[in-house]
Amino acid sequence: MTLAIDAHGLKKSFGDTLAVDGVDLTVRGGTVYGVLGPNGAGKTTTIRMLATLLTPDAGSASILGYDIVREADAVRGLVSLTGQLASVDEDLTGRENLILIGRLLGLRGGAAKRRASELLAAFGLSDAAGKLVKHFSGGMRRRLDIAASIVVTPQLMFLDEPTTGLDPRSRNQVWGIIRALVAEGTTILLCTQYLEEADRLADRIAVIDRGRVIAEGTPSELKASVGSGALRVRLLDPDQRDAAAHVLERELGEVVLEADPAALSVSCASGDRAAETVAELSRGGIRVAGFSLAQPSLDEVFLALTGTTAQAAADESTDRDKQEQPA
Amino acid sequence: MSIAPTPTADTALTDADEAAVRTAITSISRPPRASRTSAALTFGWRGMLKVKHVPEQLLDVTITPVMFVVMFTYLFGGAIAGSTAEYLNYILPAILVMSVLFTTVYSGVALNTDLTKGVVDRFRSLPIWRPAPLVGSLIGDSVRYVIAGTVIIVLGVILGFRPGAGVLGCVAALGLVVLFAFGLSWVFTTLGLILRSPNAVMNAGFMGIFPLTFLSNVFVEPDTLPAALEAFVDVNPISILSTAARGLMEGDAAAADIVIVLAVAAGLTAVFMPLTTRLYAKR
Repeated sequence: MTLAIDAHGLKKSFGDTLAVDGVDLTVRGGTVYGVLGPNGAGKTTTIRMLATLLTPDAGSASILGYDIVREADAVRGLVSLTGQLASVDEDLTGRENLILIGRLLGLRGGAAKRRASELLAAFGLSDAAGKLVKHFSGGMRRRLDIAASIVVTPQLMFLDEPTTGLDPRSRNQVWGIIRALVAEGTTILLCTQYLEEADRLADRIAVIDRGRVIAEGTPSELKASVGSGALRVRLLDPDQRDAAAHVLERELGEVVLEADPAALSVSCASGDRAAETVAELSRGGIRVAGFSLAQPSLDEVFLALTGTTAQAAADESTDRDKQEQPA
Repeated sequence: MSIAPTPTADTALTDADEAAVRTAITSISRPPRASRTSAALTFGWRGMLKVKHVPEQLLDVTITPVMFVVMFTYLFGGAIAGSTAEYLNYILPAILVMSVLFTTVYSGVALNTDLTKGVVDRFRSLPIWRPAPLVGSLIGDSVRYVIAGTVIIVLGVILGFRPGAGVLGCVAALGLVVLFAFGLSWVFTTLGLILRSPNAVMNAGFMGIFPLTFLSNVFVEPDTLPAALEAFVDVNPISILSTAARGLMEGDAAAADIVIVLAVAAGLTAVFMPLTTRLYAKR
């Protein structure tokens, strides 16, 4: 079976900055492939090369069997791009945007209009169809953006940070749309900064940092390689923190005392163990104000894989990021 | 570090919504690709829609020409040609040329502004004829040139302009000017892709088009000029264009002038359209 994406050693630099430094990706058809990394890691540049918007300096890639450089036009006939900046025309209405894309893809007059109406209804945008997109909310804009990407259903869809900056409700709507696309057989390359998003949607994930893939696997493989999540406990009485630390250390291992004098955390993989431990605190007369069991965050994934945090990596590559998206 | 709230039923996409999305995905099959003409005209339509939503955009192609006609006729008419009526017959075709050519600079400015928006990435990732977005926006701009030209001619007639070749002559002159403007626009779209900001495009554009327009026979007969300047003015394509436009309006145009104008327009298009397309693809 032909791979949806087969990329080897892709490289791209802007001036002196190496944005992508030898990326390999293998994506099977009909799956969601997550590309996870901080700002400036090279995700957008990679997507732009695969979507034929940039020519790689080195390496090669094929999309559904077509070379992204030599057969760029054939590639464009199979893919859709939903960019990080919403790829819709702000100065047109929602309906006009969809008719425009429909006509450009070969739908004639009436067919383009009917398709626009159908998509507006399916994406819950019928009421706003006549409004200029610049007056849309972030969530509406994203939905319109994705609708524009499926005016004619692509075989492969690139989604570059589709939920960054969205409120939880809009984010869930976008996730629902992505699940529907996958259910109908579209392959999706999903770039994201959020482990949770990749975890929920992706079949496989590549973690990318400074232009390189530093880890690859299924979400559970990845999380296992990173280690556990953390149980964080906040006490009513800071004076009890030493006693609490004693209990947590006995039950789960090394305790981290946080800056907040009433808070402490300990690494913990299992929800059951966390619950038992919190119960143990109560039995010991320690009063708990609140507790949470967090999944490993992207920061922890990065810490584990690179020895530096995602935030630090993003700060460090701020210049690279500016290069990556020329204003 | 805190746990993200788990989505609850009321915030998630309902099953019905998800089903509607799935139906929308399966209910379409890929049509044959849009032809070059249809893709370009669709982009022209996009330009018209923007004018529909922001009609103020038309101010620069209506108010400015009106100002030019009234100002030049009454300010310079007496001094240069002896009477305003006399000068109007000389200046009106020229104002048509100048106003339309000035407007071409905005094609480059508009393209540069467009580039800062995410929608360009979508256009560039579509399976369409590569120059279509550019050709289309210039088709849209040509409509603006026609509007500007019509305003000038109608106002001229109101003020007493009586072209010898009548309406047909005016239409032919306007057509020639718009064709030349279409060719010239490619120079400014190239600038629009090379320079960093819309302002830079505007400045560089006018720095070029201003002297070229003024160092032509647009305002004065070239035989009043120093010899070296006269030689330049005589070969300036803008002079030849305005001579041809005057000729078409009066009914005594030289075929050679028209051929030269069309050849220059074709030449500019042949050089700068591929250049613009390449730059647009790489940006």
